[in-house]
Amino acid sequence: MECSTRQEGKFMIVTLAGEVDLHYSPEARKQILAQLNDKNHVLVDLSGVEYIDSSGIASLVEGFQLARSKQLEFGLVGVSEAARQVLELARLDKVFQIKATIAEFIDH
Amino acid sequence: MTDNAEKIPVVEVENLVTHYGDRMILKGVSLKIYQGEIIVIMGGSGSGKSTLLRHLLGLHKPTSGCIRLLGKDITKLNNQEMYEIRRHMGVAFQGGALFGSMTVGENVMLPLREHTDLDEQTMQIMTRLKLEVVNLAGFENLMPSELSGGMIKRAALARAVVMDPKLLFFDEPSAGLDPVAAVELDELILKLRSALKMSMVVVTHELDSAFKIADRITVLDQGDILMTDTVENVRNSDNQRIQSLLNRMPRDDAVDTDEYLRRLTGYN
Repeated sequence: MECSTRQEGKFMIVTLAGEVDLHYSPEARKQILAQLNDKNHVLVDLSGVEYIDSSGIASLVEGFQLARSKQLEFGLVGVSEAARQVLELARLDKVFQIKATIAEFIDH
Repeated sequence: MTDNAEKIPVVEVENLVTHYGDRMILKGVSLKIYQGEIIVIMGGSGSGKSTLLRHLLGLHKPTSGCIRLLGKDITKLNNQEMYEIRRHMGVAFQGGALFGSMTVGENVMLPLREHTDLDEQTMQIMTRLKLEVVNLAGFENLMPSELSGGMIKRAALARAVVMDPKLLFFDEPSAGLDPVAAVELDELILKLRSALKMSMVVVTHELDSAFKIADRITVLDQGDILMTDTVENVRNSDNQRIQSLLNRMPRDDAVDTDEYLRRLTGYN
């Protein structure tokens, strides 16, 4: 499984797809952290994600923390109901910047 | 729960017979548990519910019968195959079974160290996330001996779900907890199921808890399953033994005089 990245406005969009589980999370983490280390604002597009487990969520948390420390923007888009429930378990829905679409972040 | 046609069994027990020594404990138990379902195993002391749980965990070899977990017959698996299955199973034991020489955080992280090669930072965050979920944020550096009974149960639950298992086994979640802590734990079990889509097998004799969390209840009595059905149907059952269990009535077994005397005297 690959995570694709592309530029849109000031953001690098990291698109995750399929099942973000123990096997896929390390790759997702690497991509997210690499973009932030290159000083890019990052949006993670989860609209193609069928399932995300705690290792995937942990990678997003680590990305968000790195973004904060570098004063970069970090947001999530296309969060499915299933993913939202996993975020809500640890009240992360109140921590992450979450919007329905990439456009909403860019217009903001 | 989904419709009948879409139900995927995650646990299938067929005609399970088990012994401790010469004594038959389970007398041909059959049970199916479906994906996303919470099934509660109820029964009095000595009914065989702990024995059934221990067999579901693959801790004992049955005398006969078959136990399929996630499609695999665990009575026929070698150690390596069993190890693979265990990646998808979480277990919260009655007493917590935390390692006393490790901190709460190290205990919770143990399955990740054992079964994954994730980055250290990812494992740390996953551990703290699960401690958040069970309301133990900030307790990761304490030792188990410094926790209350309710906190130990929650720490054990955090460890059981740290790998996001498909199947969670929970032995007596609310035993020994005060009523508020027991209700909170029930709520947590329901939240975990709905967010993480787990199937759960919960052994309990707490009726309130069973009625609250169960999709179906299976009632064990003296090594037999009396009934496996919805909460509603179990409550309305006209089976005398089930009603005795639900109404906390003492057992009124017929006494076999010769059998009883032999047992007391040891003479055959």
